[in-house]
Amino acid sequence: MIPGDFEYYRPNSLDEAVQLLATHGDDARVLAGGHSLIPMMKLRLAAPEHLVDLRNIASLSGVSESGGDITIGAMTTQTELITSTVLSEHCPIIRETALLIADPQVRYCGTLGGNVANGDPGNDMPALMQCLGATYILQGPDGMREVEARGFYEAAYFTEMNDGEILTAVRFPTPAAGHGYAYKKLKRKVGDYATAAAAVLLSMKDGNCVSASIALTNVADTPLYAQAASDALVGTTIDAAAIDEAVALAEGITEPASDGRGPAEYRTKMAGVMARRAILEAKERAQ
Amino acid sequence: MSDAATMTLEEREATLGGVGTARKRKEDVRFIQGAGNYVDDVKLPGMVFGDFVRSPYAHARIKSINAEVALAVPGVKAVLTAADLKPLNLHYMPTLAGDVQAVLAEEKVLFQNQEVAFVIAEDRYIASDAAELVEVDYEELPPIVDAFKAMDEGAICLREDIQGKTEGAHGARKHDNHIFTWEIGDKEGADKALETGEVTVKELVTYQRVHPSPLETCASIASMDKIKGELTLYGTFQAPHVVRTVASLLSAIPEHKIRVIAPDIGGGFGNKVGVYPGYVCSIVASIVLGVPVKWVEDRIENLSATAFARDYHMTGELAATKDGKITGLKCHVLADHGAFDACADPTKWPAGFFNICTGSYDIPVAHVSVDGVYTNKAPGGVAYRCSFRVTEAAYMIERMMDVLAQKLEMDPAELRLKNFVQPAQFPYNSALGWEYDSGDYPTAMNQMMQAVDYAGLRREQAEQRDKVARGESRSLMGIGVSFFTEIVGAGPSRNCDILGVAMFDSCEIRVHPTGSAIARLGTKSQGQAHETTYAQILATEIGIPSEDIGIEEGDTDTAPYGLGTYGSRSTPVAGAAAARVGRKIRAKAQKIAAHLLEVAEGDLEWEIDRFKVKGLPEKEATMKEIAWAAYNNLPEGMEPGLEAVDYYDPPNMTYPFGAYLCVADIDVDTGETSIRRFYALDDCGTRINPMVIEGQVHGGLTEAFGIAMGQEIAYDELGNVQGASLMDYFLPTAVETPVWETDFTVTPSPHHPIGAKGVGESPNVGGVPAFSNAVIDAFSHLGVKHMPMPHTAWRVWQQCKESGLTK
Repeated sequence: MIPGDFEYYRPNSLDEAVQLLATHGDDARVLAGGHSLIPMMKLRLAAPEHLVDLRNIASLSGVSESGGDITIGAMTTQTELITSTVLSEHCPIIRETALLIADPQVRYCGTLGGNVANGDPGNDMPALMQCLGATYILQGPDGMREVEARGFYEAAYFTEMNDGEILTAVRFPTPAAGHGYAYKKLKRKVGDYATAAAAVLLSMKDGNCVSASIALTNVADTPLYAQAASDALVGTTIDAAAIDEAVALAEGITEPASDGRGPAEYRTKMAGVMARRAILEAKERAQ
Repeated sequence: MSDAATMTLEEREATLGGVGTARKRKEDVRFIQGAGNYVDDVKLPGMVFGDFVRSPYAHARIKSINAEVALAVPGVKAVLTAADLKPLNLHYMPTLAGDVQAVLAEEKVLFQNQEVAFVIAEDRYIASDAAELVEVDYEELPPIVDAFKAMDEGAICLREDIQGKTEGAHGARKHDNHIFTWEIGDKEGADKALETGEVTVKELVTYQRVHPSPLETCASIASMDKIKGELTLYGTFQAPHVVRTVASLLSAIPEHKIRVIAPDIGGGFGNKVGVYPGYVCSIVASIVLGVPVKWVEDRIENLSATAFARDYHMTGELAATKDGKITGLKCHVLADHGAFDACADPTKWPAGFFNICTGSYDIPVAHVSVDGVYTNKAPGGVAYRCSFRVTEAAYMIERMMDVLAQKLEMDPAELRLKNFVQPAQFPYNSALGWEYDSGDYPTAMNQMMQAVDYAGLRREQAEQRDKVARGESRSLMGIGVSFFTEIVGAGPSRNCDILGVAMFDSCEIRVHPTGSAIARLGTKSQGQAHETTYAQILATEIGIPSEDIGIEEGDTDTAPYGLGTYGSRSTPVAGAAAARVGRKIRAKAQKIAAHLLEVAEGDLEWEIDRFKVKGLPEKEATMKEIAWAAYNNLPEGMEPGLEAVDYYDPPNMTYPFGAYLCVADIDVDTGETSIRRFYALDDCGTRINPMVIEGQVHGGLTEAFGIAMGQEIAYDELGNVQGASLMDYFLPTAVETPVWETDFTVTPSPHHPIGAKGVGESPNVGGVPAFSNAVIDAFSHLGVKHMPMPHTAWRVWQQCKESGLTK
């Protein structure tokens, strides 16, 4: 439980951080809260020689809403997400999800950027960002670029992000007023990763579903955006048949591992149960 | 506070803080302020640190070990391997069960994370880095993971060091991977009862491998003073005196030159009874290097390499009449002991007190046999918050009672009531050889059933089942009944010893001239509040307020010899010694009082904190006055001072019991179980401190909940330990933990000086079957007889699926 030797840096600006990464190449890792990386270092599953801690870069924190988009700085902690009035008002599913991440101590340190950039399939925010249709803003030595959350994840711990890049913010369209939402997570205990979890966002008009977005956590080696399942709800009243179809389609895209949380078959079914419960609650909440 | 002379009797009782008082825990003042002193808090000048190189394989031959690169790391002091220990004859160490265990693997490794080399360095970071650089060349061998295959014909011999030995510490071995067969009871009679029984049931009930997982992991610091030839050993020891004796036998250092200190211990639960390779390696390293050497386990090491608990595959059989009177019991146990038999049991009891498995029932004939086998898993087999194998026994019988009730189509509570040992039968001689000291089972059971409205719960359950059948609900309700009898307080020297040392315990007290006292005992608290409760026992006996009695344990240079704390033995054995030592003090005090008051001893009577002259209530001598006189005004010829020591060899064990009930609601779509209600009635005899008892019960129930609902040290087919971290190993947090309702009856032990029986382990023993029975009871109307523990969501969901409740 003791990590190998490493150098620790705490730059005060993004440029400085990018410079440090450029200097040390793939021997360097960004530290953005540390609740995934540091346990892996303690197990010596990760052994970066240079750790670049982003916590002193003030420009990387904060939540703002303008022009129909919400932007959240990468170093915004889970606690800040939970207490943000902008999010409570415009996008409460983020608060609901953040409250299901680990425990209060972890949430004071853990950040949105760290959660989404690490590529850990157990993390909750990546599926939620896919559900919200978020865009990740990356800063590298060659400047800034944007990648869709739905196309960002390649495999466990492998993402579209290149060595030397830093995820600085996420941006997503402000969900429509009166939207329905729910994040449902089955876990063994506080602090555990999901056995399966589902994020659902939808809008109803005159009793019909006009938009729907479903994403799944920890039932494959990446988060899963359930496009077909989402489509199955649109244009329906979200009746039993539509929900059954959406659930079956959601289950169909899962490829979970068998582990202490249960065998693959169970986790697939639980993805369906969580999706079903999230759809029902989202429908209930939609205005 | 009023002056002692003018205080009422009630005020004097309150000031005394004796037996029966909910006195606040003395030790919490330091614990809650982070001022405890645990092994890792101890820092000695010049101290260096050791860390293990561990085997990645469950079974492999060691072809070579090369420490050159590790030794070249700046700050590395030494690397120990079996080759270094062998000339000292320390590459193996004796276990408490009569086997030997490798300190550092010599030719083979036998379980994953087994200790292979010990790296000593200036700090633990360097030690950890260097441990990675020790090159060990292994040749993998096929592992044995399934205990049922250990004795197959042609199964690979795991323990080559004892290959071909047909006689083990506990009799004949019938296979290279067989450790012992232990039998007790009337085989012929039990066979006949099962053959002729009107109704019989048989079930394989497995109690999975779990781990006590105390918050503080195991640790030691050895400090060898080469000039004086003295060894000081700090460590996480539940039984420090036994460690001193074993250390002396192993090292050939005379016992008076070894001082063992167990400072504050952060939970033991049996994990800290045995002797571990880390202790031995820290001692050897300190002898070699001449400086103090510290070893502290990390969490993964603790869960994967130091002693596990349970791992009993129990095939129970019951015979009964058609109307539910039990006529016989049989049980065979396949006991998976892992790579070495390191069970922590009294030496003559290789399966502990498993023969308490007739439970609370008057079963006329019974037979038990236990086969211990070796597998490629970590050694251990400790009593995780229970007396030796008692929780396994209670789980077997309490599960079998439900299985029988189901077959008889009888209510599980009714079946138990029908078969209880009756109050008039005590002392009761069980079919498997124990003499139960006291009990009133029907009263406890009825009190429980009334408190929870048992009949009402069953009605509600029937309604709920109908709702599920009609498709109106997706939640099943289960009611788990458990009525347990423990056997604790080992134990009488006629049948209990550890490595030849009888399992007595001790208390020594010194009353100071100003009327306060210091008492020392041979046990060692790991959180049980000994500093609080022993002082209460003494206060009642000697009339000195518990606040004025200091309690010390854990330093073998100062405390009298004792066998330590486990198996709920502190109150039954050392608590008895405390009461008796107090009576010795009071007897001398009475002589001094007679002298001070110029009357005959027989003219005096005791009242809370003083002697009074009968018929002359104004003539009295308080204990404070007597203590002063003991140092300056004594009867002619009396030895000065007020001190005593008592070594107590109990005449019998004590038999706490209890009635527990659990109500569970099961979500058939996810398999999640929610504990709606848990009621625990405990009878531990005389209650010393109700608040401490309640705390013990809360803690034990929480552990029982953890075990029943999630804890398991599992292995894959290659012998890789699965989930040996707190991510996967289920330690319930406050969020998961149910609310506990506690209750009690009081049936004192007739042979204990104050009638106390011990309570720390009851909730674990009685709790596990209550949870398990509740979960299985939820499915009983669907014909389900048994489900494997732990009852994790996915396992319960699997049952929902098999029972056609979900797809």
